[in-house]
Formats: sequence, C-alpha cells, structure tokens
Amino acid sequence: MFGTSHHLPPRDATPIAASACNRHVGGRSYDKANAVSAKTADNEATDWAAVMVRIRDERDETAFVEVFRHFAPRIKGFLMRSGADSALAEECVQEVMATVWQKAALFDPSRASVATWIFTIARNRRIDVLRRQKRPEPEDLPWGPEAEPGQEDWLSLQQESEHLGEAIASLPAKQRDLIEKAYFGELSHSEIAEVTGLPLGTIKSRIRLALERLRHAMDRT
Amino acid sequence: MTPIKHHLTDDLIMGYSAGTLPEAVNLIVATHVSLCDRCRAAVEAQDAVGGAVLDRQTADMVVSDACLQGALSLIRGTVPDPAPRPIRVPSDPVAPAPLMDYIGGSLDAVKWRPIGMGVKQAILNTSPEATARLLYIPAGTAMPDHGHRGLELTLVLKGAFRDEEGYFGRGDIEIADTDLNHTPVADVSEDCICLAVTDAPLRLKGLARLAQPFLKI
Repeated sequence: MFGTSHHLPPRDATPIAASACNRHVGGRSYDKANAVSAKTADNEATDWAAVMVRIRDERDETAFVEVFRHFAPRIKGFLMRSGADSALAEECVQEVMATVWQKAALFDPSRASVATWIFTIARNRRIDVLRRQKRPEPEDLPWGPEAEPGQEDWLSLQQESEHLGEAIASLPAKQRDLIEKAYFGELSHSEIAEVTGLPLGTIKSRIRLALERLRHAMDRT
Repeated sequence: MTPIKHHLTDDLIMGYSAGTLPEAVNLIVATHVSLCDRCRAAVEAQDAVGGAVLDRQTADMVVSDACLQGALSLIRGTVPDPAPRPIRVPSDPVAPAPLMDYIGGSLDAVKWRPIGMGVKQAILNTSPEATARLLYIPAGTAMPDHGHRGLELTLVLKGAFRDEEGYFGRGDIEIADTDLNHTPVADVSEDCICLAVTDAPLRLKGLARLAQPFLKI
C-alpha cells in the first residue's frame, strides 16, 4: 500500500518528508508537494514516522539502524539518569529497540511522535526492570489499514510535538529541570503536583480527534 | 461511551506518564483511561512531554557496537507483528482489559470475602506501596462511614453510588484525600462493583474500627 521509493537518501540530502507521501489511505493517494510544504524545508529534521513505516511495511533493517542510531543513545541516557548502570541500560536499550521493531504496527502517528512512542516503551521497561513491577496499560484501541490516520492528522500531530519540544526547551532552566526530574523518577508524588499545568491543550485536542475517528471506525466494523 | 463526569486529576495523569506511581494506582488509572477518552487524550498528551524529555537527552552518550549487534540479532528472523484491525474487541462489560489481568481473566474467578452488611471485597495482588481491592456493594447498601490517612481512589465498574461529593456511575472516579469523611451508598437500581485503591489504611469510625484488623481494610 505504500510506494516503492523508500530507500531514503542520507539525512542531509533531499527533504526526507517526501518519503512519507506515497501513502495511500482509504484508497486515496496523497500528494507529494503538499507534504513537503507542510513539513517546511528543514533538512535537519528526519521524518521518523516515515522511517517507522519502512520498518512496519518493509521490515527494512536499514531503517531500524537509523532509528537505533538516533534513539539508542537517548534511551541509554534516560535509563542511566533513572538509576541504571551502563550495562543494564544497554541491555534495556536492546529490548526497547526490539519492541520498536516488533510492535511497529501499533505506532499511530496521529496520536504520538516516534520519540513519544519510544519514550513510553522505555518507561515501561524501566518500571519492569528497575522497580520490578508490572505496568498496567489501558485497553488497546487497535488501528489498522481501515482506520489509517489521514496525512493531515499525522503531520499536525508531529508538528505539535515539535512545538512542545521547543516550548520545553525555552522554559526557565529551573522549571525544565523539574520536569526532567519528574520523568527520571526523581520526584515524589507531592512534588509532581507542582510540575503539572504545562500548556498541553492543543496536542490534547489533536489526540482527542484521532481517538474519535478511531472509535467511529470501530463502530462501523 | 457513557458520559463520565468525574475524571483523573492532573497530578495522577502526570505521575502515570512519568511512571512513578505505585502499581495499584497505575492499575486504577489504566482502568479509568480504558473507559474515558478524555483522560486517554490527557495521558497521551502528557506522554508527549516524556517524548520531548527523551529527545532532549544528549546524543553523545556512547552506545557500544555490541549493543547494536545484539539488537539486530534480536530482530533478525522475526517479522513485525501485523497491523491490528480496528474491530471492536468484545471487551468485558464490567472489567476493562488492564483489570482482567489482575482477576484471573473473569469476574467469575474473583474470590470475594464478606466484610459485613452484604459488602464483599477481594484484594488484588500488586506491589505493597498501595492496595487495590474490588468492592461488591449490594444495591441500596451503605459502606461504613470512613476517613482516610492517605489517598483513596474509587472507580465505579457497575452500578453507581452516591456520597457527600455527588453521584458516581460507571467510569467515574472519586478521588478522596485526608480531608474527606464520606459514606458512600450504592444506588438502589443494581448492585455496585468498584475498584478501590488506598495508599494507607482507612480510618473507620465506630464498631467497624474494632473489626478492621480482621477485615484487612
């Protein structure tokens, strides 16, 4: 269902967003030009959602290595800040990355960026390994070809995630540190209450729309 | 979905996303989110903050080549799981999937223990920092009047109850802290089943207090 031109050029060549554009959703084919303009000509930013599609649909090992090279150091850093030593962190990195490969079809680009999705896998691994607890997860809302998100939903969610990253980067250092500490598991529950209240309204309503569409698709089947 | 009026608080959503809550609290959050798309969106939006924190981690952390080779050998020969079809899973009308894992796959498998006045409970197996229990309250019955040393979260799975804070139907979650003394009464229309989580023993009043050590509540 995807085009064939998925062997991506190196990062600094043509805008990589183009590779996401041969997507046919519900029988419609999306127009390349639109996606490129929506993504702006940012040669630095890799369209990770498109790379995930190559893993999902083509079992493309090169795509897997690309994701690994970008995210493995970050996952390792995240786990070490959360209290793992280097060896344990690398062991977890392997397992997290194997899950990324195995569960690629569960990644829904209209609800999460690739970084967000990988974060949830790494966090769950941390709870499992460092706290030795099970992590109850909400009931799945399965999605698949019949309910594939439209490309607009996909792009706007990815852009919203970028904006959120920029917003966090521009926070006063003290506040940003507090948020990072919360995610590294260094804050108590009462301290956590103080870091709520980030402006998440826009991204929340995007996700809400994606969920509504998914419910609608499920009701039709 | 039935309209849910009582939702998760921001600090619970944040704690669930950061992964710092006790297992029993994670269980009640995941169960509520299974029934409530508003809170599901809030949790997934909060996860986006975690994604941004992950992405901010320095890329100069060295990952050994052996790690990449190990990951490749884990995936080689395995094929990614196929895309799930968006077919409504025939989920249980009372217990959403995350709870199923804790009650042996069916409400019929729950080993209820009577705790007086027709009320029954079953304590679920979680890590010890907080306790999760299922409560079965016959229609029209009042729970013992009680206060809390810590947090008490109550999620309605079937039926409904009313207390000083309002009316709680399926999917609604009541978040009671140390300030609240309340007497939940099950709605007369049908028996009520709740998932309740406490992070400290309840403070019962009157006679029930004397029985507390035996009732494990």
